[in-house]
Amino acid sequence: MIPAEVEYVRAGSLEDALDALADPEAKVLAGGQSLVSVLKLRLVRPRLLVDIGGLELRGVELRDGELRIGALTVWDELVEASELRRPALAAIPECAAGVGDLQVRNRGTIGGSLAHADPASDLPALTIALGASFVLRSPEGERAVPAEDFFQGPFLTALLPQELLTEIVVPPPPAGSGSAYESIEHPASGFALAGAGALVLPDGTRSVGVTGVSGHPFRLDSPDEAEAMLAGVDVFGDHFASAEYRRRLAEVTVRRALARAEQRREEDERWTA
Amino acid sequence: MNLVVNGEPRTLDVEARTLLVHALRDGLGLTGAHIGCDTSQCGACTILLDGRAVKSCTLLTVQAEGTEVTTIEGLARDGELHPVQRAFIEHHGLQCGFCTPGMILTAVDLLERHSDPDDETIRRSLRGNLCRCTGYHGIVEAIRAAAGERNGTS
Repeated sequence: MIPAEVEYVRAGSLEDALDALADPEAKVLAGGQSLVSVLKLRLVRPRLLVDIGGLELRGVELRDGELRIGALTVWDELVEASELRRPALAAIPECAAGVGDLQVRNRGTIGGSLAHADPASDLPALTIALGASFVLRSPEGERAVPAEDFFQGPFLTALLPQELLTEIVVPPPPAGSGSAYESIEHPASGFALAGAGALVLPDGTRSVGVTGVSGHPFRLDSPDEAEAMLAGVDVFGDHFASAEYRRRLAEVTVRRALARAEQRREEDERWTA
Repeated sequence: MNLVVNGEPRTLDVEARTLLVHALRDGLGLTGAHIGCDTSQCGACTILLDGRAVKSCTLLTVQAEGTEVTTIEGLARDGELHPVQRAFIEHHGLQCGFCTPGMILTAVDLLERHSDPDDETIRRSLRGNLCRCTGYHGIVEAIRAAAGERNGTS
């Protein structure tokens, strides 16, 4: 399969990239692990590809008391990052290690995946649970959007046409917190039939994000009553998993993620002591 | 556009839409990168890009500007097969051979980062490489043996 003809520009700077995105038929290319596949199927036919792969938006660092992850950081870097070894943040490398396969994790960027917003993608659920926010840059300036407001529908986000996701900001949880990500995958595609990210704080406060079961990932308002809360969600069914089955899978992933996050609280206390 | 392929600087004149696997096969005659599924599932097109395994059917050639590409043709050194290649022969890591270039290059990347991977790690690393004839037993054994040879434990 060969993509349709397309113009291509390699952005030398963030400003270049934003200028090029003034073209309403432009599409951002990062690692290409989602986009190139849909270009080949010609499901997407942009006039112009704006390759941001060369920009300096890569890496994991603790800055000003916040964990900042560049949008062009690839999955494998999350798996290996020493900044993410704390049990309170262990869900991030755990989630990244389960994405795609080795080749995809070597090349696929987290910013590209988040902006692609596949409703069965793993990381969105976790960013919601961790209370992350996304830094979006446009010619007008910068804004930060909470993860739970970023995802608006299948492949639909808060990003404006001339806007780029540059950074993911995670507030580091207090010492004695735990996090976990759990999913039940479709065995062939590896995408989540249902997945849940969980964060448990030292005072027992629980925060949960769920993916794979509806049009976009969402926060579970009262994770202590996962079953009751999921009962109110419009869960979709398809030929892989009926709505009823998916709802059960979601309940299971929420329970498992919470239980493991709970276990990691003690480990985190020892780690940070 | 310019890139280095198997140690040699190359210049390619390609359309933006040209996939790297096509540039390698049709442009440079390096047919070791196989087109299997063409949908980023099977891993037969795996190459090393700056030392890391990637699927060349899911990359535009222009994205490889300035990188170093290694295909299966570039793995042997001075007529000597790479230890992973030898191990695949010795441990029946292939039958028809179609998936083999991708399997070997993925294994090379794995062994670069894990000097002594256990079977589970090996199998997990091969998730993006499908074999439809031998099954994976011989392949896993070959990779384990190549790791052992490198560590001097076999």
